[in-house]
Amino acid sequence: MKHRLLRSGQWLWVSGVLVFLFAPIATIVLFSFDRSNIESWPIHHWTTSWYSVAWHDTAVRQAFVLSLKAAVAATALALILGSLAAFGVHRARFFGRDTISLLFVLPIALPGIITGVALNSTFQWAGINLSLWTIIIGHTTFCIVVVYNNVIARLRRTSSTLFEASADLGASTGQTLRFITFPLIATALVSGALLAFALSFDEVIVTTFTAGAQNTLPIWIFGAIRLGQQLPEVNVVVTLVVLIMLIPIAVAVRLTGRDTMSSRA
Amino acid sequence: MDTDHGLATSIETQKSGGASSLRSFALPSRFATAALLTPPLAWFLVLYVSSLALMLVTSLWSVNGFTGLIQHQLTTSNLQQVTSGAYPSIIWRTVLLAALVTVTDVVIAFPFAYVMARVATPRVAKMLLAAVLLPLWASYLAKVFAWISILEKGGALNWTFQHLGLPAPNLGFTNGAMWLTFSYIWLPYMIVPVYGALEKIPKSLLDASYDLGASSWWTVRHVVLPLALPGLVAGSIFTFSLTLGDFVTPLLVGGANSTLLGNAIYDTLLTGGNLPLAAALAVVPIVIMVVYLGVAKRLRAFEAL
Repeated sequence: MKHRLLRSGQWLWVSGVLVFLFAPIATIVLFSFDRSNIESWPIHHWTTSWYSVAWHDTAVRQAFVLSLKAAVAATALALILGSLAAFGVHRARFFGRDTISLLFVLPIALPGIITGVALNSTFQWAGINLSLWTIIIGHTTFCIVVVYNNVIARLRRTSSTLFEASADLGASTGQTLRFITFPLIATALVSGALLAFALSFDEVIVTTFTAGAQNTLPIWIFGAIRLGQQLPEVNVVVTLVVLIMLIPIAVAVRLTGRDTMSSRA
Repeated sequence: MDTDHGLATSIETQKSGGASSLRSFALPSRFATAALLTPPLAWFLVLYVSSLALMLVTSLWSVNGFTGLIQHQLTTSNLQQVTSGAYPSIIWRTVLLAALVTVTDVVIAFPFAYVMARVATPRVAKMLLAAVLLPLWASYLAKVFAWISILEKGGALNWTFQHLGLPAPNLGFTNGAMWLTFSYIWLPYMIVPVYGALEKIPKSLLDASYDLGASSWWTVRHVVLPLALPGLVAGSIFTFSLTLGDFVTPLLVGGANSTLLGNAIYDTLLTGGNLPLAAALAVVPIVIMVVYLGVAKRLRAFEAL
């Protein structure tokens, strides 16, 4: 009896936490269909017109395009640099390997604002004007970790005997890379890239210090909420951001399971 | 591992033992490794490490009151300012809130992770993991905005309380709102490492405890909790670090007395244009995190990730 009580208590707790995790996100989606321009619960009248308002808002469109450019460029750079770093650290046998691996995770071990202020200091000191490129530099720096962690986690779980067998059977380095290494790490690469994209597309803290007067989508959202302007539109935009991020995240979770977390952490 | 302060990655270094090697490349090994590491290391050294170093130097410079230009003369005046006036109380408030958020997330996450790791079937556990990872990665600003909507005067929380015949909590734009929002946003970051730690406990240990006559509570308290500690500390690194540098949640969700360290840095640099003072303020979270990671390492938290 006591045991059964404990079990149902446990599942009650789990259900409660699940509601806690998802109810706020559901609220956002519901409010994006609220006709009133002043939010209040419960919603009385429904409309899809705010979607059309957001769609035709040039400021939102420009911000969306800027975010997309930054995220695509940062993801591409992070994919190259992050996988090089993962292969290098995995092969490394020298003293200082742990220091190097620490270096790559530092941008997410330290609060993001530090990356932001540090890069801002450098840009000011060097007289570099803030532009799309400075945003990309900031985003790449913390996106590298995502790819790095995903790929290195996969490499460590892959038995080295596979590569040795390939070499013993006469495969060249290129053949081993092409037919053994690449298929084994492909899903980790895809997952890393998707998560890097999601992270960049949503980032606000580092971007605040590297964007200057430009608006990425998160910076636009941040500004609108702070000024209390266009809030019904904000509801629509954040709902769309959640949807845009949901797809790559869901795919990544499916591909790499638990590593999905370690790549952010 | 003794010289290591890393997070997830360095931990895996240790797990793999470093003995297995990947000898697939025909190139001279050292040369190939160096060739692989050079581009990412160059990026990090040129853009990131040198920026951090420059920031530390900048914290020792000052701004000319008349011209607004940075004077490249070393002074400790910024560091003195950080330790006097309004800043110590802001720092204290930030650390206190980070600690409170961490404790809250531990309390919510532990039973949840326990069910995931020890009660649920592998299939259900996998679904629960996905249910935690999706909100972890969902848009940060969407989550912040959701809590503004829920907590404000006409929001769902007040509505629910009133319909239950209770007084409205009116949490909107208070420190309580900030605490709740932070606890919500960082919760998945606590659940995942705790789950990882709990899942690794061999079932035989729990069986032994029960066979020797221990109750469930005694087993949880004296067997499970000590073994879960590294996971709890690992999760707390995120809840702590993420709260220390945030200025968005306090600005949007908080109220009049919700200024945190992140806001102080943000205002000093972007409103006040005082980069040297902002850099000096940014040294504070670095120092706090270095101390925190040092303690975490002693508690063997890195092995749990």
